[in-house]
Amino acid sequence: MSTRSERRRKAEKIRHLLETEGDAVQENVDHLNQGRYGAIERFDEFEDLRTAARQIKEDAIENLPALIDELRASVEANGGTLYVADDAEDANRYVTDVVASKDADTLVKSKSMTTEEIDVNEALEATGVDVWETDLGEFVLQVADERSSHLVGPSLHKSREEVAKLFNRVFEPEEPFETAEELTQFARDYLGERIRDADVGMTGANFVLAESGTIALVTNEGNARKTAVTPDTHVAVAGIEKVIPGVEELQPFVELISKTATGQDISQYVSMLTPPVDSPTIDFDNPDEPLGSDDADREFHLVLIDNGRTAMREDDQLRETLYCIRCGACANSCANFQHVGGHAFGGETYTGGIATGWEAGVEGLDSAGEFNDLCTGCSRCVNACPVKIDIPWINTVVRDRLNGETPPSEFAFLVEGLTPDAEETVGLQKRLFGNFDTFAKLGSATAPVSNWMTSLGPVRSLLDRYLGVATERDLPAFQRETLVDWFGARRPRAPNATAERTVVLYPDVYTNYVLTGRGKAAVRTLEALGVHVELASPLESGRAPLSQGMVSTATERAESVAADLAPYLDSDFDVVVIEPSDLAMFRREYGKLLDAGDAERLSANSYDVMEYLYGLISNGADADALADAAAPVAYHSHCQQRTLGVDVYAESVFEELGFDVVTSDVECCGMAGSFGYKSEYYELSMDVGEDLREQFVDETDRVLVASGTSCTEQMTDLFRRDVTHPIELVAPDAR
Amino acid sequence: MRTAHTQRFASSLADIGVSLTRTEAADFAATIDSLVTEPAVGVPFEGYDGVSLADTAVETPPTPRLLHEAETGVTPVGKAVAEYGTLVVDSDPVGTEPVSLYCPTHVAVVRESDVVPDVESVTDYLGDRFAAGGSSVFATGVSSTGDMGALVEGVHGPKRVEVVLLTDR
Repeated sequence: MSTRSERRRKAEKIRHLLETEGDAVQENVDHLNQGRYGAIERFDEFEDLRTAARQIKEDAIENLPALIDELRASVEANGGTLYVADDAEDANRYVTDVVASKDADTLVKSKSMTTEEIDVNEALEATGVDVWETDLGEFVLQVADERSSHLVGPSLHKSREEVAKLFNRVFEPEEPFETAEELTQFARDYLGERIRDADVGMTGANFVLAESGTIALVTNEGNARKTAVTPDTHVAVAGIEKVIPGVEELQPFVELISKTATGQDISQYVSMLTPPVDSPTIDFDNPDEPLGSDDADREFHLVLIDNGRTAMREDDQLRETLYCIRCGACANSCANFQHVGGHAFGGETYTGGIATGWEAGVEGLDSAGEFNDLCTGCSRCVNACPVKIDIPWINTVVRDRLNGETPPSEFAFLVEGLTPDAEETVGLQKRLFGNFDTFAKLGSATAPVSNWMTSLGPVRSLLDRYLGVATERDLPAFQRETLVDWFGARRPRAPNATAERTVVLYPDVYTNYVLTGRGKAAVRTLEALGVHVELASPLESGRAPLSQGMVSTATERAESVAADLAPYLDSDFDVVVIEPSDLAMFRREYGKLLDAGDAERLSANSYDVMEYLYGLISNGADADALADAAAPVAYHSHCQQRTLGVDVYAESVFEELGFDVVTSDVECCGMAGSFGYKSEYYELSMDVGEDLREQFVDETDRVLVASGTSCTEQMTDLFRRDVTHPIELVAPDAR
Repeated sequence: MRTAHTQRFASSLADIGVSLTRTEAADFAATIDSLVTEPAVGVPFEGYDGVSLADTAVETPPTPRLLHEAETGVTPVGKAVAEYGTLVVDSDPVGTEPVSLYCPTHVAVVRESDVVPDVESVTDYLGDRFAAGGSSVFATGVSSTGDMGALVEGVHGPKRVEVVLLTDR
């Protein structure tokens, strides 16, 4: 398939899901998020327990072989059996053998993503066993013959009306089902009968304790309890990564998982079973005999599945995927996921941001490649993850690996010479957006001709056709006079000799070539507060190539920027950054790209421009030197700013100066760097942007303010009004 | 300390819609009879000094028919966690786990001395149980689902939970 038809196929799939599933996904995910925010707000120990949970998982994966040995001894001492399966086929062979040995006709299951990973239902059904999913969400999917769309709420893409329609068609009740109560009661009774009849119960396991052979299952409906206790034979299936040492290590997870998954303080049921369990056997064929009076014994099989996990454990980049506890918070906190759900943002089994790691590890790069682009790197999932997995980084790494898989294209000449290294296999669209600085430099040098050129219809058609640049978007208008030009031609107002503080301002590509006004405003503002300002070299930070998965190019850029800034840091300059996505590079991503010492020093000495301003004012700088509060403000802070926690400073400065401010509370504007420029994602980008539009659409008397370039572009398209950077509003001569 | 934990336990239960009835051992049978809807099934109370279901409407021992048909299941619990209103239901050979699970209403009997402040403070208790091959369930409130498009209470587990607190045990 050509790249262009591939883009069209993706666009059509996304359009279809936006129409059919988007509303239900958004409503349900929003509900989970509201609960999550509240549960975490109430829970003082959240950050401490995240740190503890992360450490426990790091250690457990490090010591995994020893833990599995210990677990085997524990399970066997309890009278159960542990089987470690190499892959899906191996696991299914073992499970079907166990089930056959019990002459089982019916097996009931509680929810388990891992069993979906290995398609155990299909394997069992092929041997003539009836398999019933007892989790109501999974049951809906079984009836509908659909794939899970969410790690925790597998059927949350379906509305009540759709479930009622489905059940009325399939089960033909005398009185058609209408309410959630009626549907639930029917499913409970229907599945209750299957549970009573079942010969084998199959569960997953959220956690497995090596020291005692105990498995922990976290549920709300009670089906896992019934599945485990009712049939005499219990088979539990879990990935090898679920093993932790013991009950001490379990406690943080019990506290964390329900809060991040569903926003409950604790789930309804946390079953901690050390099978075979002590509960008496239940023989519904002899209903009046006391429980346990038959001479049947309970039997337990724990099937741990490798299926690529050992290789993930040895992979320095994918390893932390194994720390995942499958709570779904990364999906819920993701603006794109909120709009399309897991049928677009997901692979064979797993969904949401972390799915890229899981699918790459257990299914292979192809499965991850189907949806990996939907991670825009906005980083809103980073603080949501209870085990602190750097989910955007995993997506970046997998994208980088996928880039290596893309065959060279016949149109490569269009972007030839853009990539400085061996990334010639990177697709054209990614190379274009990954090397935006080259275009910006050329565009500025030839402005305004370049701007006329790129606004011509035929040129835009070509850009769409060959490079996948959405024709609906305005392209950036390049300035002939760059910020560097302007700065070089002026005389500093706060010379180094007299200034109390010295700042090196980082002229990111947009500030230097496109949005020069915010750069000039930053210089004027800092100088008005007595700061000596110098300008760093206009080098791209590596953000653009990193967002396209071009890690080695990004690393080279990062090294150049670090080398350029090093002399300033040696002389105790503070680094001030205007573009939030570049600040996030300096503070977060450079930790992955540079030597630890260089990254730490730059991270510790880099500031968001409004953060720095806030610091100056807090330390006694005279705010009267700045602009007076003028028109009221509607402020949208940048996603990566929110993750870094620096979004509050612009608000604080506005308040200090007496501005009347309202703020947005969406995760992301939807543009997310180049994402919204790509033809195949334009509609999704606008759909995500709609949430932001709704929040500010009635604020017609307010100045629209945004920190990020992408947000500025998106808001300009959404509102058809000018959008200002916070620094331009407070700069001394902005009145 | 005991009172502080109990107060927190009571308010946590109120937050999750679980009613709490205080009683002493001497009034236990009457309290149980006032709470259960028949048919009711229960498990023998072992080690609960002076507390028994013998003189109540609750039938013991449990049978499959009672599990399936009883309206109320009455069981003791091992511990109770004040912070979340969590009941620690211990699996045992007399059938506490299925009786607490199968009936539409679960009446859980808690000794006040078994109320602990938080999840962390049951770790040792659980550790000892697991080491001896035992199993326990943290049960908090009623079973529920959102999978049918709205929150519905009472799915595979109980729709109603009532706690009886033995204040002199």
